[in-house]
Amino acid sequence: MTTNSTTHPEVGQFAMARAQWRWPEVVFWLAAAGCILLFPNRYLILTEIAWLALFALSLDLILGYAGIVSLGHAAFFGFGGYAAGLLALHGIVTEPVIALVVAGLAAMALGFVTSFLVMRGSDLTRLMVTLGIALLLRELANRFSNITGGSDGLQGIEMAPILGQFSFDIFGKVGFIYCLCVLFVLFLLARRIVHSPFGLSLRAIRNNPLRASAIGIPVNRRLIAIYTIAAFYAGVAGALSTQTTALASLDGFAFDRSADLMLVLIIGGTGYLYGGLIGAVIFKLLQELFSTLTPQYWQFWIGAVLVVIVLIGRDRMHRWALFLPRLIASKFGRAKTPVVAPEGEAP
Amino acid sequence: MTLLTILFDGVAYGMLLFVLACGLAVTLGLMNFVNLAHGAFAMAGGYACAILVNRAGLPFFAALPIAFVVSAAIGAVLERSLYRHLYTRSHLDQVLFTIGLVFMSVTAMDYFMGSAQTFIHLPDYLQGQINLFGLGVGRYRLMIIVICGLLTIALQMILSKTRFGSRLRAAVDDPRAASGLGINVPQVFALTFAFGCGLAGMGGALGAEILGLDPYFPLKFMIYFLIVVTVGGSSSITGPFLASLLLGIGDVAGKYYVPKLGAFVIYTMMIVILIWRPNGLFGRTAAR
Repeated sequence: MTTNSTTHPEVGQFAMARAQWRWPEVVFWLAAAGCILLFPNRYLILTEIAWLALFALSLDLILGYAGIVSLGHAAFFGFGGYAAGLLALHGIVTEPVIALVVAGLAAMALGFVTSFLVMRGSDLTRLMVTLGIALLLRELANRFSNITGGSDGLQGIEMAPILGQFSFDIFGKVGFIYCLCVLFVLFLLARRIVHSPFGLSLRAIRNNPLRASAIGIPVNRRLIAIYTIAAFYAGVAGALSTQTTALASLDGFAFDRSADLMLVLIIGGTGYLYGGLIGAVIFKLLQELFSTLTPQYWQFWIGAVLVVIVLIGRDRMHRWALFLPRLIASKFGRAKTPVVAPEGEAP
Repeated sequence: MTLLTILFDGVAYGMLLFVLACGLAVTLGLMNFVNLAHGAFAMAGGYACAILVNRAGLPFFAALPIAFVVSAAIGAVLERSLYRHLYTRSHLDQVLFTIGLVFMSVTAMDYFMGSAQTFIHLPDYLQGQINLFGLGVGRYRLMIIVICGLLTIALQMILSKTRFGSRLRAAVDDPRAASGLGINVPQVFALTFAFGCGLAGMGGALGAEILGLDPYFPLKFMIYFLIVVTVGGSSSITGPFLASLLLGIGDVAGKYYVPKLGAFVIYTMMIVILIWRPNGLFGRTAAR
């Protein structure tokens, strides 16, 4: 990382103080680990929550921290998914963890190449270009059906044991623990990134690109860097989904997936790392609820949730959601909650 | 299929896209509002027409204006009740809100009308081909070109000759200055929004035969409308018109000459154009 943070000691101290671990964070991860023991027959949905959380984390890195709107984040998810599927199917890389990294790197390369297209133009152009890239990849995957299996997807993927030790079991326990570990490791990395001077410069860019460039931040290079990193995260999420479900399909690229992802992040809140994680949990629970109520039409209620959230206002909703934690925190004499200021405010 | 037939079909397709998307162009240009749910209004018009023709037995040409009115009414109600709260919000909020509307409309239509494709019974005189200067052309497509051509001319006349048109143009150019001159910009916008939705509804009814009509219409054609608007620019209706023709001809020709690539041609074209000119081929200024 380049050191372009200001030399004021207070600023540095403030930034470092924010980067410290606090007890709610520890509780969160202990609870996540506790799920392994608490819900022994819900591993499949827990696994889905884990990779969805990773995917949302990836979008949060570009949307919440760098302010890049994207309607086509599924491009990297699908790409990573297919990469992992092909690696396992043709026996190129059989060990899941290495395959995961390779798939992530493949998505990362794609992210790096496409980032140059995304850097241009306004929000609207970005929305269009990202959407276009995802559609383009879906179309490609559909056309080259001899490689990707077309609309049937990649089938018959068999996964080798993780690290040569733990083979995937039928209940999905190993799969869930695997996903959770990957999520935790990548979360730590993301946490390190956003609290570094690099991460602070991203927030400066999000709040005002013009001012950020005026104080000497190379805006485009920073955005390309974070876009590429986010593509890696999304690729890993896609690969995890392929490895745990033993299936990669065209669905990975679908517009619905990008749109659902937006919803996940909006429910959880943008601009702090737990947003995507909490959002993934709530989204999956909502989806379960709606699909038990109306199996065929759950998407209606998902749409309704989106409309209501936007009409209420995202900031206001998060203020309500934080009311109780803040109250508790103030009772216990702790002034600060681990939740970072809402989007649009200078941190 | 000869080159001329491809051109003819492409023009018909493009004109249809223009009628469907021109409301979106105005919404985007006037209020800088990204309305991904525009296709839902088209779908509403299409289904209104299908119900009227198939179930109530109305003639096709009587059902078209009703489709227009139905979509315009839905548009007006939604604009007054929901959309107007979001004009000052960020693009992200607008996108989320309208995606929510798309999901709701898709599943609601699925619930009420079933997920199968719906066909509108066309009168006999619109089916088959006629010989025009030695070229066999589909009657239906000819009708589309005539209707959409007339609509385009009418729109252009309204925009350039009437008082409302000059108000609208003033509001698109600079909403603040326009409201300073005493133009009621929200009212102009509400009317235009409803009118654009009505046009989309009529386009949906006209296009049911060519584009297909099923509950997934808003999702399937969202990208096409957006291409028209972003490539054409939103500062006039000439831009979107030319962009629609380009898109229509490009799509038909692409599907005919390189069927293996399918929609690939269109998406690539869009990305290339947006990279080359981020404000659209015919746009003047950046989206405010």
